[in-house]
Amino acid sequence: MLAGLAVGVPAIVGQVVRPLLKATLLLSLPIGVSALLVNIFFFPGGREVIFSLGPVTATVEGVQFALEILLRILVISGAVTLFYLGTRPAELVVDLERRGVSPRVSFVTHATASAVPQIAQRALTIIDAQRARGLDTQGGLASRVRGIVPIVGPVILGSIAEVEERSMALEARAFTRPGRRSLLWHPPDSAAQRLLRWGLVVALALLIVARTAGWAP
Amino acid sequence: MLTLEGVTYRYPGAAGPALRGIDLQLADGEVVGLVGAGEAGKSTLCLVAGGLAPRSVGGTLTGRLLIDGQDMTGRPIHDLVSHVAICFQNPATQLSQVADTVYEEVAFGALNLGLEGREVAARTSAALRALDIQTLAERNPAQLSGGQMQLVAVAGLLAMRPRHLVLDEPTAQLDPEGKRLVAKALRRLAGEGMCFLVAEHDTDLLAAICGRVVVVDQGALVLAGPAAEVLADSRLEAWGVDSPAPIRMRRALQSAGVDPAGIEADIGP
Repeated sequence: MLAGLAVGVPAIVGQVVRPLLKATLLLSLPIGVSALLVNIFFFPGGREVIFSLGPVTATVEGVQFALEILLRILVISGAVTLFYLGTRPAELVVDLERRGVSPRVSFVTHATASAVPQIAQRALTIIDAQRARGLDTQGGLASRVRGIVPIVGPVILGSIAEVEERSMALEARAFTRPGRRSLLWHPPDSAAQRLLRWGLVVALALLIVARTAGWAP
Repeated sequence: MLTLEGVTYRYPGAAGPALRGIDLQLADGEVVGLVGAGEAGKSTLCLVAGGLAPRSVGGTLTGRLLIDGQDMTGRPIHDLVSHVAICFQNPATQLSQVADTVYEEVAFGALNLGLEGREVAARTSAALRALDIQTLAERNPAQLSGGQMQLVAVAGLLAMRPRHLVLDEPTAQLDPEGKRLVAKALRRLAGEGMCFLVAEHDTDLLAAICGRVVVVDQGALVLAGPAAEVLADSRLEAWGVDSPAPIRMRRALQSAGVDPAGIEADIGP
């Protein structure tokens, strides 16, 4: 509940509720559904039987545990998604560097985030190209599954092939030079933001203490 | 002046050398075209001239890369970037991915050099002006056309103030407008004294911008000379290189029995 609030309130303030919900569900559903099924039907020590389906039995304890796990998955992916929706990558990189983090670390952080839409765009192009050559990507489940390999293979291989040229292009721009880079600008950091950050750290510490001491569920 | 002296280079694990005994000099202010069939060794020659092979790519190199007489072979790449820079064919892979604006993208290399903010700003503005792309400064680099992106990539290199620029098929992925933009920019920069090595399949472009052209075939330099002479050489086709359109047209007219007199194959710079 508390964690849900911690994700929900900033999402409302940042006006990113819809994209947050969409991305969070997309991220969590595959693992969430499997976690639900496994825990509902295979929860060890479940006593209150709801129904049996052949060799497996759904129990009340299993459902409760499965819902708890699902909530955790939703909150974790929600928090990660909120971070990416609410953070300008360039500001993150500059701020990390300002605080002494290696440019390589901050570059990887940013490049990983910005690579996702590029890979998605590449996948769309490859899907179109494979469709043009007769690949069925819109038929039944079996044909869709058969279509995965000719799409995923080129996407991955193409991305790997680009990595070498990207890394050489970075070297050609002195990215591997030892020592600190200069910074063109500093992201704004108001007193309120600093206060909120420290408040969150204190709240986290309190929660850990409360949980460890058994004061919180 | 950039000099390759007796350069032989072999990629890691390769059976034979990709370059064999290359001797090449690029004088200040000179634009040298580099042509050859696919796999002839153009890109490898660019990597060696740009200092990335063998330092970044691996492999073994014999011979020397000299800049103004100083041996640069084996120097770290970040030491070389103020002398020679290299630009690749795919503009998208050359963007840093960490810049929200063209201005920040162009400044990226200069920032890596650890220069003072004021100096970085001066160099960035100068590079944008040199390529006449000041109006793009606030745009998102990822949303530019291919030609504009390539100009931004070149500007990013210029901001590091190298005196030599190696361009590996800079217009290969560009539309005609993109090619026109890049060609115009190169002509302007050459006029300001920069030295270029341009590997390119488009001999019409080379005819328009180069004073000298060299041909590589199977890793060896097989012909070098003034652009007009080399691009009119009848052996080009055997080396997998198309002649510029006016020369092809003249030959087609001749073979059809039409007198090409009066049709000027103006392939000089």
